[in-house]
Amino acid sequence: MTTVLTLPPSLDEQSFEQVLDQLAGAPPDAKLLVDARHARWASPYGLTALLCLAQAREVKPGFAVPEADDTVSYWARAGFFRHAENLFELHGQVPRSRQHESNVLLEITPITGSADVHEVVGRIQQKAAQILTHELKIDAKATVGFAMTLSEVCQNIVEHAGRGGWVMVQTYKWAKRLGRRVVQIAVCDAGLGFRKSLESLPGRIVDDRWDDAAALEEAVIRGVSRFRDRGRGQGLAGARRYVGRWDGKLSVRSGTARIAIVPSWDDEPPLAEKLAPFPGAQVLVTIPERVTTSER
Amino acid sequence: MMRHIDVSTVLRQAVACDLYSNLVTRPTGAAVRAQIRALLCEVPQRSLAVIDFTHVQMIDYSCADEVVAKLLLPYADGEADDDSYFIFRGVSEDHWDAIEAVLERHGIAMLIEGTDEGDVMPRGVLTAEQRAAWEVVRELGGASVDDVAGRLELAPERIAGALEVLHRQRLLMKADGRYRVVGVARG
Repeated sequence: MTTVLTLPPSLDEQSFEQVLDQLAGAPPDAKLLVDARHARWASPYGLTALLCLAQAREVKPGFAVPEADDTVSYWARAGFFRHAENLFELHGQVPRSRQHESNVLLEITPITGSADVHEVVGRIQQKAAQILTHELKIDAKATVGFAMTLSEVCQNIVEHAGRGGWVMVQTYKWAKRLGRRVVQIAVCDAGLGFRKSLESLPGRIVDDRWDDAAALEEAVIRGVSRFRDRGRGQGLAGARRYVGRWDGKLSVRSGTARIAIVPSWDDEPPLAEKLAPFPGAQVLVTIPERVTTSER
Repeated sequence: MMRHIDVSTVLRQAVACDLYSNLVTRPTGAAVRAQIRALLCEVPQRSLAVIDFTHVQMIDYSCADEVVAKLLLPYADGEADDDSYFIFRGVSEDHWDAIEAVLERHGIAMLIEGTDEGDVMPRGVLTAEQRAAWEVVRELGGASVDDVAGRLELAPERIAGALEVLHRQRLLMKADGRYRVVGVARG
């Protein structure tokens, strides 16, 4: 029997939880069909997390592509189908998109090693300067920090996931949630996750209070790493400082929990527990357009 | 002996790729540090290296930890087997974000060259007393523990401790019981 996961019309980090709720309870080897026919839009998080969903399955899931031409065209330009065709059995017409013809800030890019991090940082720098200063009205000084943050969250995959993941960066108008433009970095993997990664630290006490939420608190808030090296654990701390400086949001989901550095414009709880399980780690950085006091 | 080390050149040599202009990722940082260490081995036991970041576009936290902090830590911890000193040149505010974070993490400091060649300032984690002692040594061109203690009107034992930390952190050179600011040939 095939379990059908119906994608919501708008797929982002919040609505992706509906997909995981549908997935909960399905054994790892169950046959899945991801039904995206009625999907109209997806954020970088939604697209990269979908690839992770397929990567985590023992049996290649089916994928019914969106019916709307503009949706399927955008997903193709974002590079989704280029990677999805290796992970899903695709059902439906998929347009061929040539690389570098896209208006996506950084198309979905696999991250498996340090060279990939160099590649994405190099590609993002010029585009990021243009987007941050002109579209988001953020100081040009933010550009380097943006690339640093991108680098550090991508390295999280290389250092901790134990398998490859994906990154995507895009800017768009967040009409309903904020009424402003935002730029988002989504970095998702289906690897070890924070809890298992930290459990590999020698001497780690795994008691009944140790769970995904505790692991996220240690890694994201306290900068704990699985390595004994005292210089480790600075990457996410740096990302936290960066989003704080530019009124942004950092959200990290792993296993059954999600922790977030929540700015004043958002009402998500800082810690969500007992979510539907999902392997690996999914990091989302959101930097909003800057507004003057009179524009608020 | 003074050695000039252009970090962007070292980066290209270390990763064998002309396309990399950013100091990002730990493996890259470790490779760059190893290359710097290899260059330092070519010079005498006591040497001054100018580590030049002028042509480095960006550095992330992981790379700053590998290139800067791990280069300096063996000296600060008293575990280095040579007597090298370092001045960091071309460190922009963009670079400083990452470098400051790793210095704070490890509780260390470094010498940064100002806009004028030879004009250096310690930046990073230092106590007010250590900063004051460093300033006195700079003003005097070279100073003993008693010179600094007298100028600051503090007990010589306290100042001796502060100067020793500054020496270990490669912020002051020490010879014949006198301290001198690294790279400044005065007095």
